[in-house]
Amino acid sequence: MEAVVAGRKAFAYTAAHAIDPAKPTIVFVHGAGLDHSWWGLQSRYFGYHGRNVLAVDLPGHGRSGGPPLASIEAMADWVMALMDAAGVAKAAVVGHSMGALIALECAARHPVRVTGIALIGVAYPMKVSDAFLAAAKANDQAAYDMETIWGHAAQVPLAGNPSPGMWMYGDTLARLSRLAPGVLHTDLSACNAYAGGLESAAKVKCPAQFVLGARDVMTPPKGAQALAAAIAGARTTLIPPSGHSLMAEAPDATLDALIAWAKPLS
Amino acid sequence: MAGPKFPGFDTLALHAGQSPDPATGSRAVPIYQTTSYVFRDSEHAASLFNMERAGHVYSRISNPTVAVLEERMAALEGGTGSIATASGQAALHLAVATIMDAGAHIVASGSLYGGSHNLLGYTLKRFGIDTAFVVPRDLDAWRKAIRPNTRLLFGETLGNPGLDVLDIPAVSAIAHEAGVPLLVDATFTTPYLMKPFELGADLLYHSATKFLGGHGIAIGGVIVDSGRFDWEKSGKFPQLTAPYSGFHNMDFEEESGTRAFLLRARREGLRDFGACMAPMTAFQILQGIETLHLRMPRHVESTRKVVDFLAGHAAVGKVLYPERPDHPDHDLAKKLLPRGCGAVFSFDIKGGREAGRRFIESLRVFSHLANVGDAKSLVIHPATTTHYRMSDEDLVRAGIGPGTVRLSIGLEDPQDLMDDLDRGLKAAARG
Repeated sequence: MEAVVAGRKAFAYTAAHAIDPAKPTIVFVHGAGLDHSWWGLQSRYFGYHGRNVLAVDLPGHGRSGGPPLASIEAMADWVMALMDAAGVAKAAVVGHSMGALIALECAARHPVRVTGIALIGVAYPMKVSDAFLAAAKANDQAAYDMETIWGHAAQVPLAGNPSPGMWMYGDTLARLSRLAPGVLHTDLSACNAYAGGLESAAKVKCPAQFVLGARDVMTPPKGAQALAAAIAGARTTLIPPSGHSLMAEAPDATLDALIAWAKPLS
Repeated sequence: MAGPKFPGFDTLALHAGQSPDPATGSRAVPIYQTTSYVFRDSEHAASLFNMERAGHVYSRISNPTVAVLEERMAALEGGTGSIATASGQAALHLAVATIMDAGAHIVASGSLYGGSHNLLGYTLKRFGIDTAFVVPRDLDAWRKAIRPNTRLLFGETLGNPGLDVLDIPAVSAIAHEAGVPLLVDATFTTPYLMKPFELGADLLYHSATKFLGGHGIAIGGVIVDSGRFDWEKSGKFPQLTAPYSGFHNMDFEEESGTRAFLLRARREGLRDFGACMAPMTAFQILQGIETLHLRMPRHVESTRKVVDFLAGHAAVGKVLYPERPDHPDHDLAKKLLPRGCGAVFSFDIKGGREAGRRFIESLRVFSHLANVGDAKSLVIHPATTTHYRMSDEDLVRAGIGPGTVRLSIGLEDPQDLMDDLDRGLKAAARG
């Protein structure tokens, strides 16, 4: 689906279905430097199982026009504006990494419109190392290497991919190679600067599900504890074999966690 | 700026794509000799068919043993993924059939393996796909041959039979300027000697039958996608960027971005054309890849000795190997192939067809057959075998002389190889 948000082209994958006002909606928000296709199997599942799906490309990512937005709060406002453009009044929001912070902020700012949140591969604060930021600022290949290597469990480059024939490292690097200069640095800076997590968590009124990879080195599971404790009734699912890229490393387990979370929301 | 390190080539060659089997603990890659896979329930089956869950359905589409080979090759080449096929020819056909329809056009190097030339020059023409062949080192010829309906540029990293070195950075730039991808056949170089994606190629394939396997016991191919070509931006590939009624109205690029080519190639190409790789073949190719980083340096080292030996032999007219200063692509080879120019090359025996015949029939270590890239040294004399019907004049037009001999240097003691060649050359000279 293409729309215009804040005067610029905005894209969201809808799993080849038109938005049906009678159906509940799930919004999927990707992480730093990525795009809607990162949700692959999971967004497709819900699109073919009774939900409207809006797997967004944030500004400056994938098929959405730039420039990228500089703060988590601005990205949350953009997601809500995209829902407006799609004619979606209420939705559950799933976010990965940076996208999880955006989902959190959406729920805090719009408790009536956001019916549930699932935060995948998240930590708060989501601090980014100086070296990573500097490499991204310089648009240096090292930044893409860091995102790729730290973005997966250590065993990933030498282990089998659940999706036959695909190499996760290569796929991530190919995606990052398509980014315009500066986009990754803007995303990482927004994550690094985000300071309202605990206050926003306290405002969340909807069901919240954390899905964490036990081998995540980018956002280790212990980094989500404070955030989970600050959201009333939040549940956590720990996926043992996975690193930060849960949707690719453990696609079925991640989908099962989302199915269990989404079921009562409908 | 230094970042974290990726595993090295040697480690990937041994491990990429496989963890010890979770069911049995098997360290070696298990051979999943099965056609199909039991569904947990109807919902699971539907999810697999509709690409909502990862997994295997039927071994024509994917197989766990074959998937290890596919992932390993993607890792070694630096691609997003790969698809293993029944042969190298099947890989080339799969690439072409995935991204173009009747009415499309290909610009290809004229220095190709004969089988590839047949497919492009004759067989695909029957299906409405035309090919213009150009001299690979003539960059203007590549540009001038491109038409509005051109959808692919194609060449071999090292061409047949003269080992023309494809200027991948230059030819890929020409391709990208025209909004089309560059596909290369990387069989002669393997990922050990060259990484075509790092030079600008978008797609590559191997005849895995050759150096990847190295043992001469299995026919196979593999096509790898860099994931770097932006099909949507090009606008010339509705096969990947428009809803396809043959598969759930899927827009492959919208669905999967960097995986679009492989998604359609697997979900349509393997499904409908069916040229898949057998799991036993994948296992056999994997055994070869585990020692690729050990074999290729030895192949190159022995080839250099044999090339030097032949270049100084009185019965030899010309030796075509890019590491020699008299090869037209010598400078380019130094830039693109610093680890070596492979182990297949041609030379001319003085004395024409009959001298070539006497040479071949006097060899004891070299095997006279139609293959390359084996651990055993191989030889063929095109004028008396593959091209025996052609006149001397037609041979010259094909870049082959009456006395041209192609060697594939194996892993035997190089002195034994040189002694064997010397024996053959003396027999050729005796008349």
